Order: sequence, then structure tokens, then C-alpha cells
Amino acid sequence: MNETLKVIEPTIFELSRPGRTGTLMPECDVPERPTAELLPGVALRNELPLPELSECEVMRHFVRISSLNYNVDKGFYPLGSCTMKYNPKINDQAVLMPGFSRVHPYQPEETVQGSLEVLYRMQSDLAAILGMDAVSLQPAAGAHGEQLGLALIRAYHEHRGEGHRKTILIPTAAHGTNPASAARTGYSVVDVNTNERGLVDVAHLTAQLEKNAGKVAGFMLTNPNTVGLFEEDIETISSLVHGAGGLMYCDGANMNALVGTARPGDMGFDVMHVNLHKTFSVPHGGGGPGSGPVGVKAILEPFLPVPQAAKRDDGTFYLDYDRPLSIGKIAPFYGAFLAVVRAYAYILHYGREHLNEISENAVLNANYLRVRLGETFPVAYDRICMHECVFTLKDLKKHGVKALDVAKRIIDYGYHPPTMYFPLIVPECLMIEPTETESMDTIDRFITAVEKIALEARDNPQLLLDAPHSAPVRRLDEVGAAKKLDLAWSPVGHSVDAVSVS
Amino acid sequence: MSTIPADLKYSKSHEWIRTEADGTVTIGITDHAQDELGDIVYLELPEVGRVIAFDEVFGTVESVKAVSELYSPVAGEVVAVNDTLTNAEATINESPYENGWMIKVRLKDESGAEELLTADGYKSEIGE
Repeated sequence: MNETLKVIEPTIFELSRPGRTGTLMPECDVPERPTAELLPGVALRNELPLPELSECEVMRHFVRISSLNYNVDKGFYPLGSCTMKYNPKINDQAVLMPGFSRVHPYQPEETVQGSLEVLYRMQSDLAAILGMDAVSLQPAAGAHGEQLGLALIRAYHEHRGEGHRKTILIPTAAHGTNPASAARTGYSVVDVNTNERGLVDVAHLTAQLEKNAGKVAGFMLTNPNTVGLFEEDIETISSLVHGAGGLMYCDGANMNALVGTARPGDMGFDVMHVNLHKTFSVPHGGGGPGSGPVGVKAILEPFLPVPQAAKRDDGTFYLDYDRPLSIGKIAPFYGAFLAVVRAYAYILHYGREHLNEISENAVLNANYLRVRLGETFPVAYDRICMHECVFTLKDLKKHGVKALDVAKRIIDYGYHPPTMYFPLIVPECLMIEPTETESMDTIDRFITAVEKIALEARDNPQLLLDAPHSAPVRRLDEVGAAKKLDLAWSPVGHSVDAVSVS
Repeated sequence: MSTIPADLKYSKSHEWIRTEADGTVTIGITDHAQDELGDIVYLELPEVGRVIAFDEVFGTVESVKAVSELYSPVAGEVVAVNDTLTNAEATINESPYENGWMIKVRLKDESGAEELLTADGYKSEIGE
């Protein structure tokens, strides 16, 4: 535990006092029986070191902790490749409706028609937005969606008797989850280079397709890609990959640049995931369950996991488990249902007529920031970008300052730092995604702060090296965080074996 | 400015190579590489006896920032591995050319050697 944080707020276990309580339990109104009679022995523990506090102490403890946190309701959060947009509160009002929040997954179908209709409509709305033929709402997050997408690609090839296709091509600039998901699904990963314009090197792709002829299962591509640029050769790329018998996978993490304006399905992609917790304004970043629906073209539709929300001829909705070629079940129940409801509320709120304003303003904001901040730090690939852009801070090295130090100093100015050191192909980079929800005033203030920091780097580099100065904690022990994986707090003299991971 | 000893050879993927008196070569990563990576927290090295090809991945280095692969600048058999780095990976940051060495290899042939850079060549490669 970091010393500073410890002073600010003890753990709830340290605040505990024996016998203190937050509620008065009513008298037991059924005959009392020994617990050992009611529960199997293995489930019983003699000691359960739960904290004991009054309601007031619990409330203050969590409010104090929450006030230390930085979040999109507090300020600008320009985390590249993450789409930390403001989450409209109308989404939360929707999920608070008892028809959504008070339902049980095992309720009879006829009593949850409204919830089923939302799932059904969301499947078709997302399919329309992505340019796909069908959508599964099951995956719990983006990487889960990637894994599902790859499992569908595998099922497709196996069904066609081409299970020997065991190679997935991935650009060097890809999100780290792409090769990880491919490896987890049993694929070997082959790199495709990025050219000097920051795009897929088509000649290298062609060479890799030839080198791995007959073995390529698919190509995983993020579009716009991880440097915030639209893959201009996407149609050529798609036809090359299809010509080699592979499928096109779109990592939809950057869908905020396209929503309502362009559709990956029209670019030749066969399967993609989209992050409801990025593009469709479901809270994320420790803010609750994510959701990474997967859209597919008709050729992959038979393999989608069960259940799919479906509509009968009489207009009623049901969960369809009768899908003989389905790869099976990939998540408990029906996906992160309330995340889907939030995203559905968001889509309805914009409507077909206004969805394009999301991507248009996201791209406009990013380009405004690119041009203005480009006067301070070079843009890695300096031309019109999509929803985010990447700056390189390698020139600061002469002052002994790195991108990391600038990021830490940004905290002192009251902003969440941008993504740093990603993508790996740009040295000393900061990747900034302002999103469409920020006003020009906010972006201007942020730019002014970064301009000041650039001057500080020159005149007083130590200020940056010691930053942050004003945050609840200073620099964290990152080595300790990586190496001492002792995540469970245990009171002195107590061992909390059941939860300890050390 | 990072340290680039004049008596070593270098690869474009930031490994250094030192030829020892007994004809084996010692391999590690450069000062520039450790500085770019930041604090190193995990290291995966091959077993003694493994035969590695030129440009083959012989290990993985993980820092607080990223996971990177180590590419062999030579071809040959691994004859020694620096076990003292286990749970003391910071040694690579502190002493990349001495205590932070990673493996010793008995060369199979000289293939690939012509690809290696001199100290000056490496210096211009990393733009210093």
C-alpha cells in the first residue's frame, strides 16, 4: 500500500471496531437450527473477518475514496483508443426502470417481453450501424468479443473442411489484445508491417499472404487504425485477404470515428466487435461491466453463440437456442444486459438522423487538437486524422524528459493523462482522443496546459520529473505493482486464506 | 545520451554482442534499450543447450511499459544463462553491459555476423 494513500484513507478493515454495527437485525421469527445442519461442512468457516462499522462510517469511507478518483463526470479524459466520452445520464434513467432492473434471468419469457424486445432491436440496430447481417450481444468486453470473432472464423473454416487454416495476420500497430486473442484461440500470429504513412504495408501483406498460402484464417485490422488514420487501401486489403481464403476481422475499438457515417461491413469486413462501453457511452474504466457485441456477415451467422434474441411471426420475442451450428454458450445468461439497455437508450436518443454527428464531431475535435497541439509536439503522421491522433515527444529527451513525465505533469493541471507509449511503433508517444462530447473551451484549456508543460520541460524539467505534485498519490511503485501481486489486505495476525492470492 | 561501449557489436533490435576469449559470445540488451523499456520486471530466457537461429526469438523482457521479444543476433547453442537476473531484473536497468548480461552462445557459424553494427553504426541507428 502506498504510504500517501494510507494517510488519506485507511482500508475499511482498519476502520473496523469489534461489535460496531450499521443496522439492527430483527428477532429471528423461525425456529433456530445450527448452521452445520443447513450447509455442507466444506462451505463453513469458523472465522469470517468482515469489517464492523456504522452506516455513517461506511458512507463517509466510500464517498472519501470516490472523491479521490478521477472520472469522466469530473473532467476531461482524453485517453486515446479508449473513447472516454461523457455518459449521458438518460442512459442510467433507462436502466433504473423496474422493467429492466427488477427482472430475473430465469423469469418466464412472457413476463419479460420488453427486455427481450430491447435485445432483439439492439441486435438489428447494431447490425445496421456496423453494416453486418447479424449481431451477438453476448461478449462481456472487447477482448471477449475478439475471442468470439476468432472462434467464429475458426468454426467457419472447420465447417468448410479448412481447419488447417491456423494463421492470423495482424499489423504491428495493432492493439495488444489482437495477438493475445488470436493466440488464446489457438492461432499463430504473423506480423504485417506498417508503412511510412502509418498504414498497412500492402506489399508486405501480399508477401505474407503468399508466404502463408493456404494457412491464413484471417486478418485482424483496426480501422481507423491505432494511429488514428483511416486505412485508405481497405478495399484492396479486403480483396487480397478474401482472395487468399481468409476472413476480415475488424477491431471496432475505434468505431467512434465511423458511427453513423461509414460501416465496416461495407469495407469488406466479415466479422467485428464493437465496444458498447466506448462508442455507445456505457461507463467504463472501472465503471462497471462492459459489453463487446460481435457483428457478422451472413456466412458466419449460423455459428453465433446461443442464445440469440428472436421474433416469432405472432410478434412475440424469445431466446433462440435451436441453432445447430452454433459454437455454444460463451457467457452467463444473455450478456451484460443493462449495458445493452444503456447503449440502446443512447442510440435511440440520437436516432438514425443524428448518429453521424457523433463521428463527425469526434473527428472534428481530434483534428482541431492535432493542428493546434501540432505546433508544440510533432504529430507522428501529420495529415487529416480520424477520432484521435498520436504525437511524438522524442524531442524532449534533450531536456531529460520523457512522454511519461509529461503525462504525469498533465495530472497537476487537472486532466487525466492521454494514452502513452502506444502504439509501440511511435517512439515517446502520447495518443489523444478528445471525443465528440468535449467543447472547444475544454479542448483549448487542455492545449494551453500542454503548451505550458512543454515550456516547463525546457525551463524546469525537474518539475516534470517529480510530477504529479497535486494528486492524492505521487508516482506509484510500478515495479512493486507488477511483481508483488499480493492483492488482498489482511488484518495483522489474521490470515484471510480464502481470498489471498499471494 | 546512452552508453555505447566501443568494443561491442550491436543489432538493430538493440542487443549487444561481446566475443569472449574462449570464442563464445555474450548477449544482452543495450543501455538505450533498457532506458526505452523503463523498469524491467520479468525476464524469460532459454534453457542451456537450446540451439537458436539467427534472428530467432530467444526470450522475452517485460517492463512496466511493454513486453518485448529478444532476437538472437547470432546462431548457435546456448551454453550459459544469467540466472542471477531472476527476481533481480532491475540489474538489467542498472548494469546492462556487465551484470545484466543474458546468455552466452557457442557460435554455430558466422552467418548473420555481417549484419551486426559497430558502436558508431548503432549510435547512428538510434539517432544519437
